[in-house]
Amino acid sequence: MAVSTGFISRGFKGRRAAAGDASRLPPGQYLDRGFPVLSAGPTPRVALDMWDLQVDGRVAYKQRWTWEQFLALPREQPRVDIHCVTKWSKLDTTWEGISLDTILERAAPIGEYLIAHCDGDYTTNLSLEDVTDGKAWIVFGYEGEPLAPEHGGPARLLVSHLYFWKSAKWVRRLEVVDEDEPGFWESAGYHMRGDPWKEERYSGD
Amino acid sequence: MERGAVLGRLSWQPAEVVEVVAETARVRSLAFRVPTWPGHRPGQHVDIRLTAEDGYQTQRSYSIASAPEDSRVAISVEKIEDGEVSPYLVDEVQVGDRLEIRGPIGGYFTWTAADGGPLLLVGGGSGIVPLMAMLRHRALSAVTVPVCLLYSSRTYDDIIYRAELDRIARADESSRIVHTLTRSQPGGWTGYRRRVDREMLAEVAPPAQDNPLAFICGPTRLVEGAAEILTGLGYAAPRIKTERFGPTGG
Amino acid sequence: MDPLEWRLDGNAAAGLLMEIFGREMTEDLTTCAACRAEHPIGRLLVYAYGMGTIIRCASCGSVQIRVTEIRGRVAIEMRGVGTLRARARAQQ
Repeated sequence: MAVSTGFISRGFKGRRAAAGDASRLPPGQYLDRGFPVLSAGPTPRVALDMWDLQVDGRVAYKQRWTWEQFLALPREQPRVDIHCVTKWSKLDTTWEGISLDTILERAAPIGEYLIAHCDGDYTTNLSLEDVTDGKAWIVFGYEGEPLAPEHGGPARLLVSHLYFWKSAKWVRRLEVVDEDEPGFWESAGYHMRGDPWKEERYSGD
Repeated sequence: MERGAVLGRLSWQPAEVVEVVAETARVRSLAFRVPTWPGHRPGQHVDIRLTAEDGYQTQRSYSIASAPEDSRVAISVEKIEDGEVSPYLVDEVQVGDRLEIRGPIGGYFTWTAADGGPLLLVGGGSGIVPLMAMLRHRALSAVTVPVCLLYSSRTYDDIIYRAELDRIARADESSRIVHTLTRSQPGGWTGYRRRVDREMLAEVAPPAQDNPLAFICGPTRLVEGAAEILTGLGYAAPRIKTERFGPTGG
Repeated sequence: MDPLEWRLDGNAAAGLLMEIFGREMTEDLTTCAACRAEHPIGRLLVYAYGMGTIIRCASCGSVQIRVTEIRGRVAIEMRGVGTLRARARAQQ
């Protein structure tokens, strides 16, 4: 890490907590006891009777669920570690939601990638390989409570083996596509895939 | 002043703390000597960069509190309990310490005496800081521009620069300092005791037909509310300048 | 925490924009590519807590400018800006 001028601020330590469970932290990450809210815009608000989730694009069968229909799908309670590209990590977070396997198998994807479209004009791209076989969910519960709006409620993606910006908040539509297309942050210099164990933070990493 | 080398403003310059002043229980002013300082306009801000021993760096922006006529560059920092930087600047930093500073930055939210008036300054909490730079510069300039400051604080003890604002109000007939205390008021308080609202601004602000210049600075809610009210009172939109501070107060 | 309080304005992005453009940008005017409203950059809405600095139209909220700092380089993406008009040259 470059220090530009060798200028040290006497007595300044910064906030970083010591890496407690070092083996569970990817390179460059620090533990955070809280749950920081990082925001690229205002918190979208949507009434549950207006909410829907769609799967379309390169699929055999387009899907659409209302909130009630979505909640009726088989649920899981994943317990995962999450890692944000801004270097904080949180271990053993608990969620409730629907596996992407359940969501996608009904659509029968033809393409190999997807773009997650979210309220607030946010998008992110993922490979189907990264969101199937028990690796991803759309979650609506966190720590036993309904997911708060500032954390992505009513529902967000959860793809814990990638940096947390891929776990797109306020997800509303999964568009299956043939080519991997950069989303909101990916087109602004961040990595297309974002594997924290390979420290794939930025494009070119 | 504005013509200082841009490259100078973009690069980090060493700054030495030459004075530390406790303004309130949570707010402290730091005055720096910056040998390479190109000068500034009231309302501009600086970036402060801190480096830990392991090379970790972080930076924050702070409005400049001092007038351009002052040979030192001063900021006023409000301590946020969970903050990463403000507790260090308020509790740790001592005279003689050196930090890195970059600036001045900002062209939109600035005022010098040549811009004229009459002036309406609306501040909330630490939003008073850039407005204070304007007031201090105004006091030192030869031009008399009428000014009204409406300053919202939680309590009497939270009023930053309170004594200096009292002096300005007493010494200068063309200045008017109006406080509102939103959370609690001392016994005998005859001033406003609520958040800034339309009725308050209608009573305090210079009339729109005088073509005033308004500067509003503070938390987002106060800034957006006051800007909307002033528009409703007939102020010209290009003559309402706003600067929102985040929850950290800047 | 009130999410509204996290919204800043163009003044908060002034330093970053100066690194790209080499001069003050907050008095420059942008036209929103989405809704065509024109505002000084100092008036635009800035969200700066996280992976980058997002600058949104003060009228419609669409993203105009994205600024990131990656490996010591400031990067800017401006497809949300239709036109940028520099501030007037004449000084008082």
